[in-house]
Amino acid sequence: MYNKAHEVIKMAQEQNCRISDIVIANECKLKECSREDVRSKVAEVLQVMKEAAQSGIDKETTSMSGLIGGNAVKVDQYRRTKKTVCGDTVNRAIARALSASEVNASMGRIAAMPTAGASGIVPAAVITAAESIGADDEAMIDALLTASGIGQLIKKNATISGAEGGCQAECGAGAAMAAAAIVELYGGTVEMAFHAGAIAIKSILGLVCDPVAGLVEVPCAKRNATGVVNAMACADMALAGVKSAIPFDEVVDAMYKIGKSMPAALRETAMGGLATTPTGEAIRCRVMGKK
Amino acid sequence: MMSNISIFDIMGPVMIGPSSSHTAGAERLGKAAYSIWGKAFDSVEFYLHGSFAKTYQGHGTDKALVAGILGMSADDYRLKESMQIAESRGIRVKFIEEDMGDVHPNTVRIVLKDNEQALFTLVGSSIGGGNIIITEIDGSALEISGQYPVVIAKYKDIKGMISKITGVIASKEVNIATLKVTRESKGEVATTVIETDNVAPESIIDEIMKIENVFSVRVLNAIS
Repeated sequence: MYNKAHEVIKMAQEQNCRISDIVIANECKLKECSREDVRSKVAEVLQVMKEAAQSGIDKETTSMSGLIGGNAVKVDQYRRTKKTVCGDTVNRAIARALSASEVNASMGRIAAMPTAGASGIVPAAVITAAESIGADDEAMIDALLTASGIGQLIKKNATISGAEGGCQAECGAGAAMAAAAIVELYGGTVEMAFHAGAIAIKSILGLVCDPVAGLVEVPCAKRNATGVVNAMACADMALAGVKSAIPFDEVVDAMYKIGKSMPAALRETAMGGLATTPTGEAIRCRVMGKK
Repeated sequence: MMSNISIFDIMGPVMIGPSSSHTAGAERLGKAAYSIWGKAFDSVEFYLHGSFAKTYQGHGTDKALVAGILGMSADDYRLKESMQIAESRGIRVKFIEEDMGDVHPNTVRIVLKDNEQALFTLVGSSIGGGNIIITEIDGSALEISGQYPVVIAKYKDIKGMISKITGVIASKEVNIATLKVTRESKGEVATTVIETDNVAPESIIDEIMKIENVFSVRVLNAIS
């Protein structure tokens, strides 16, 4: 078992292995099952993620409230037909994150990772990164194991709930998980993976959870899109040798303390932030009065 | 001391969106009622408290609850059409907003009825990440997570009852994980909630019912 990133780093050094190896070994021990059992269960999750990241691109979705949908299609068509600012890879990832988020908001099937509201980031990151280097499903399963290991550390030492820690705990955790997963997929070291994760959380520390009308729609879908870009940028930095000045464990502690000091109005109650802007209020009245 | 957690507490559940607490958790609560009752009913009332009451339509909490009482799972695509499916099966559904006081913000009371007669009542909360806690069954306060199979027995509070009930469970080769006993007052109705490691066979209900002074037995298998 591991509770801190520095323990995982030490274990990886001693056993000369990757984060995913440590994570699967722990899971086998915890569930008293074989590696094949764990991998086949993760493969099922991967399949759901692939579908969610694609179906919102193939077909326009509309959310339950009618507030969001169709943006994944827009971004995908834009990247196919126009010269983009961020390039094709980033735009593919954005489209996939929007797709999964829009599928979620339209009552489609998704895999929460770490939550339903942040379920676009890790799939978009892992599928896009794997596509770029021609990695197969087995490599993607490893990447999801690594992402889950990062999520376990955040859940143990802080929280992955927006109601408890704000959006930094959901989209921040998702981005850190995705960043570390990409680093491992690209052959980076265990230290690099944690630097990437730390930088990803640092980049959105303090982000509040302020869903308009209390729904997992605005601004959630777009935060998934920028969340995957955050993860990719942090992975690139770490792979280039950029280090986080503050270690991962301390960044997670800081994130938790910040979450605890956030007023309840900014923790998924829809009583502050974007939810209580004039437009946010008007949307709430429209949506809630609709039925 | 931190406890070990599974990767599937981070990855998943695989579910119909949009919210693990307002959709997946709601579906599980509905399914718990469906599983524990295990018999026919022609209408169901959902009393919604707090955040459930405020946002149930936008989150599809209503559809998820109905999918649950129809026995669907959280990743069933038909969840979206659960209202129509209920109608086609002749089950009427009703949603009532209610302030239940100092309880979890995502709390629901589910009342299953037949011919206008209330048959079964379950109160539970969706506590995040699709996890639930059942806090009341047929008026008895208890605490069930749904992660383990459960046997709930109501009986007259007299000596020897627990050993008779657990004796039946042991005879079925079922191991008891936790056991909690509560009673209204001495000599009145007592309730024992027994979480087990493995699934109890259906026949366990009849055998426990055979014990003198047992009023009711409910069984809930783990909700995946």
